[in-house]
Amino acid sequence: MKQQQFGALLVLTAVMFVLAPVMIARAPYESTMGLVQKIFYFHVPAWFGMFLAIFVCGIASALHLFKEKRVADRLALASAELATLFGVIGLVTGPLWGRKSWGVWWQWDARLTMAIILELIFVAYLLLRKYGGPGSDKLAGGLALFGMANVPFLYISVNVWRTIHPRTSVVPTLVPGMFGAFWWCVAAFILLFVVVVTARIRLEEQRAELDRLHLALEDG
Amino acid sequence: MRSSGYWFVVLVVVLIVGAAGDVHSLGFTQPQQPAQDEFIPLDQVPPEDQLPAAPLLITAYAFVWVSVFGYLWSIWRRLSTVEKELSELSRRNEE
Repeated sequence: MKQQQFGALLVLTAVMFVLAPVMIARAPYESTMGLVQKIFYFHVPAWFGMFLAIFVCGIASALHLFKEKRVADRLALASAELATLFGVIGLVTGPLWGRKSWGVWWQWDARLTMAIILELIFVAYLLLRKYGGPGSDKLAGGLALFGMANVPFLYISVNVWRTIHPRTSVVPTLVPGMFGAFWWCVAAFILLFVVVVTARIRLEEQRAELDRLHLALEDG
Repeated sequence: MRSSGYWFVVLVVVLIVGAAGDVHSLGFTQPQQPAQDEFIPLDQVPPEDQLPAAPLLITAYAFVWVSVFGYLWSIWRRLSTVEKELSELSRRNEE
């Protein structure tokens, strides 16, 4: 991505995040939960962002594993960091919402337990990449594929195992006032993903260049 | 570089401690009464047990902003460190 395009995307993302609270404030109140339901506008988009990051990480890892593409490996690493960040956001905002609407911070139901396991898989991915030594990129790639395979199960878990967590039918049945604010926030998170992944890939490229220069200096 | 590893360890410890803190709900300790009896409608909760929504909402949004900005700052810091090293090494390589 060219620097000008990146700058424009960065500005657009910032504008969307700055305007998001305005959109959320103007959205109607949910009748049973009231004010606390507005956590929904960042909580669910954060999970959508995490799922997107995991799919990108998984597909890029597959390309790296089977086609030996270094670019794909950098994309996978960048996406894994974002998946972990979005997962932490989801895991923190969810209990804050649940404490008010459920009366408890946490329930060990299928959805919440699978969510924390998915988060731990990507924390493990990043630890493996950092401390795993030579060949850890391939091991981590396998872990990312395993993590990606978990996403559909996590998504449908609330429909298969009836739990305290709302079903997946909430988003398609949103009233128009909530619908706009919700998809605005989803778009903001997707743009954030694109911008941050681009910056993070740039960091990996610079590190690769640094390694190359170190080797050149040692050889010379 | 070592500080990011430290934060990974902190994150894992927080997740494990958080999980262990609520371990009684895993079913190791049997509830004294059927689970459904524990749930009461929100409007029947005594006022002293009701939580105000605003602090939870503000905490949630503050956490999102702080974590996103914190992560962006960490990328910016790592990028500037690498670019500084890169320019230094390029200069030495040319010499």
